Amino acid sequence: MTEKLVVVGNGMAGCRAVEEILKRDPGRYAVTIFGAEPRVNYDRIMLSPVLAGEKTFDQIVINDSAWYDRNVAALHTGRTVRRIDLAAKLVEAEGGLKVPYDKLILATGSDPVRLPLPGADLAGVVTFRDLDDVNAMVAAADAGGRAVVIGGGLLGLEAAYGLVRRGMQATVVHLMDVLMERQLDDSASFLLRGALADRGVETVLGAQSEAILGEDGRVTGLKLKDGRVLPCDILVMAVGIRPATGVAQASGLTCNRGVVVDDQMRTSDPSVFAIGECAEHRGIAYGLVAPIWDMCRTLADVLTGDEAAAYAGSILQTRLKVSGVDVFSAGKFAGGPGCEDLVFRDAGRCVYKRVVVEDGKIAGAVLFGDVADGGWYFDLMRRGEDIAPMRETLVFGQAITEALRGVDPRSAVAAMPDQQEVCGCNGVCKGAITGAITSQSLSTLEAVRAVTKASASCGSCTPLVEQLLQLTLGDGFQAQTGPKPVCSCTGHGHDEVRRRILAESLKSIPAVMQALEWTTPDGCSSCRPALNYYLLCAWPGDYRDDKQSRFINERAHANIQKDGTFSVVPRMWGGVTSADELRAIADVVDKFKIPTVKVTGGQRIDLLGVRKDDLPAVWSDLNAAGMVSGAAYAKGLRTVKTCVGSDWCRFGTQDSTGLGIRLEKFMWGAWTPAKVKLGVSGCPRNCAEATCKDIGVVCVESGYEIVIGGAAGLHVRQCDPLTKVATEQEAIWTICAVTQLYRERGWYLERIYKWMTRVGLDGIRAEIEDPERRRALYDRFAYSQRFAQIDPWAERVAGRHAEEFNPLSRRMELT
Amino acid sequence: MNAMAKVVEAAWTDVGAVTDVPLRGARRVPTPHGDIAVFRTGDGRVFALKDACPHKGGPLSQGIVHGHAVACPLHNWSIELATGEPLGADRGKGCAPVVPLEVRDGRIFLGRL
Repeated sequence: MTEKLVVVGNGMAGCRAVEEILKRDPGRYAVTIFGAEPRVNYDRIMLSPVLAGEKTFDQIVINDSAWYDRNVAALHTGRTVRRIDLAAKLVEAEGGLKVPYDKLILATGSDPVRLPLPGADLAGVVTFRDLDDVNAMVAAADAGGRAVVIGGGLLGLEAAYGLVRRGMQATVVHLMDVLMERQLDDSASFLLRGALADRGVETVLGAQSEAILGEDGRVTGLKLKDGRVLPCDILVMAVGIRPATGVAQASGLTCNRGVVVDDQMRTSDPSVFAIGECAEHRGIAYGLVAPIWDMCRTLADVLTGDEAAAYAGSILQTRLKVSGVDVFSAGKFAGGPGCEDLVFRDAGRCVYKRVVVEDGKIAGAVLFGDVADGGWYFDLMRRGEDIAPMRETLVFGQAITEALRGVDPRSAVAAMPDQQEVCGCNGVCKGAITGAITSQSLSTLEAVRAVTKASASCGSCTPLVEQLLQLTLGDGFQAQTGPKPVCSCTGHGHDEVRRRILAESLKSIPAVMQALEWTTPDGCSSCRPALNYYLLCAWPGDYRDDKQSRFINERAHANIQKDGTFSVVPRMWGGVTSADELRAIADVVDKFKIPTVKVTGGQRIDLLGVRKDDLPAVWSDLNAAGMVSGAAYAKGLRTVKTCVGSDWCRFGTQDSTGLGIRLEKFMWGAWTPAKVKLGVSGCPRNCAEATCKDIGVVCVESGYEIVIGGAAGLHVRQCDPLTKVATEQEAIWTICAVTQLYRERGWYLERIYKWMTRVGLDGIRAEIEDPERRRALYDRFAYSQRFAQIDPWAERVAGRHAEEFNPLSRRMELT
Repeated sequence: MNAMAKVVEAAWTDVGAVTDVPLRGARRVPTPHGDIAVFRTGDGRVFALKDACPHKGGPLSQGIVHGHAVACPLHNWSIELATGEPLGADRGKGCAPVVPLEVRDGRIFLGRL
């Protein structure tokens, strides 16, 4: 008979425990889960990248609703458990719900600590624990301004970095003199402060908070004990966590700091178990993920009949998730009596490594700047390996140490047991990876990521996954030392594909796939659009566009929305419109009952919620008023944003609006590796925000400054100066030439700023400033435009690709 | 023909010629229960699925068809056309219902969703 298992807590620990139990004995329990947050289980560790805008919530979901449908008999989210009736074996939840259990798992996690400072209840004072906190911070960051973060630990620093990435100024206030003092020593903390300052995060150490100041119920600043006041618009408390023991205490279970458990994760009641951050094992309440996974495995063993399974505590390792700042720490990193230190420093590269040795074994390590060997040190430490034979080279890392000792660096990986976890984010063990490599004939990192999700989140286990590929495949593994392949259908990189298209006169997608030995019959959704673009760019006028290799937006010449409807953006040359155009737009909106009309950031108007069947008729009406497609969907020229320039503005130095219109009229229709947005500002006040566009022009009295490589999306990046020219005509030549260079050399989906960083600005400038080469580039661009400037809307109004917009048949509409 | 054969016949609807669906492409067939997506792969085979990705309901008919799979236009899940199941790491997370389909004399017949 199935036993009833109730899990209180729908977080990482609770769900992992269920997964581990199902892995061992899928039919044994009927599972009920209670969760306080009204959503599915997600990877809480990855909230920092979500705050920083580097990941979306969807990307950090661990178990989606389909998983619950398959594996869980009942899920109660947003319903708080009040207490457990241990005698009657009943869970009592909000609203009078009572659920009986045979076995119960408490995985209630922890609560963020709120300092009892005066003003702690003001609006704008938040903690950093769950998605609601992140959303509150993102909302605050959208308004700009200043943030103060109390707490210079892992979470506090990640919160501050995320807020800076969102456009705020952030200051971290820390009570101690060392940042992350539970993980770092003075030297690493010093380097970390510098690296954070470079990224815009200020740190104030040894500072005690006295009061939170506010006005009209909202936070305005933090007052320190020494009298200093740090003004702020949002205040984040990240001073630690406290095990959530409320339910356990209300039910009469033994609690200290956390719910006390034995080595089998059992609480003071034999049918009730506790795991994760709410549990206290041998006096320790853990706040990191690795011990949670260890506890879940032991608990699953116990609950599926292996009473001998025991959890013996975990040795901890930590990594900071701040892009470009590599920090690793494990064990007794700060040394102590009886410990020796092996230290390596490289001031030029800002690298610091300290390996702590005790009784001939590694007792801890702290690494800054180069953390590649963190996993190796951690492994040696966990295995208690005698390091005497490699002491001289230990700090130089695994590769050098093992090369000098004649050991194959792969042997350590080979010796790893199959059940050892490789990817902590997604909980993937060595055996699952090597098994997938063998059974599904995987040969690339990308393929392993796609099938197993190993190294697909934070990526810190990538070297290990690569070694596993190498080990499993032997010579069959093509190390990714060469250029990155276009996709998993080929081993060739983008440059090689482009070179051979030209060298071998390859003029169709099947021809390229044949010549370059594609491993799939007709490619995939990554390589086909890339090849289509490369061929279009290589053979203008000659190559016939392959509609089925274009993403839907470029096939339908509109932007698909979440509900399957589309949005339509007509061109407004240089952002200038007229009463007639606006009237025509208004008429179209009325006629087709278009639900939303929105002004875009690129000085145009977006019509949202258009049904696909209506697109040709909508375009027909817009065409009739003289408007063409704005290509708001294209990997191609999008908008040219302008200010009013010398026509109206008292500061304007040149006719920026006119130049913008001339650029857009000459360049529209051009396909490019990724989208291209231009901006033209009439003076250095830069009202058109030209210095964060892909290519921008800033007009000055003496001519035109041309800047390149800006971005204001996922990444925010200011343009670099490319060159300065004296006349408007030269400005147009230069911009078309650099666009053509990007068209010919950029990789598909690589924005100009990434291309520029990859190939170097100097090389680009050399091409543009050489009059002959600039001329040749410009001529190639102008030639290509002869075939590109056909309004796709007008073509389709005239009937081209009608099948794209009409249903195959309406005969089943009424049945 | 006896009466029995007629009943079987009526369960199928002729929705058009195989060649009406572009190679490596798809067309929609609206029904009162939502659209059906009819796909034609590079090797000329045809498949039909409910036009809704198991992930967020994205219209699969608008995706890029490659091999015997389609990439959903909303979040790029790859769906196997023969089974409606997601491929790769998303395997096992639901499926798009398969619509019965027959090809006779170059015409596509769909059964009920």
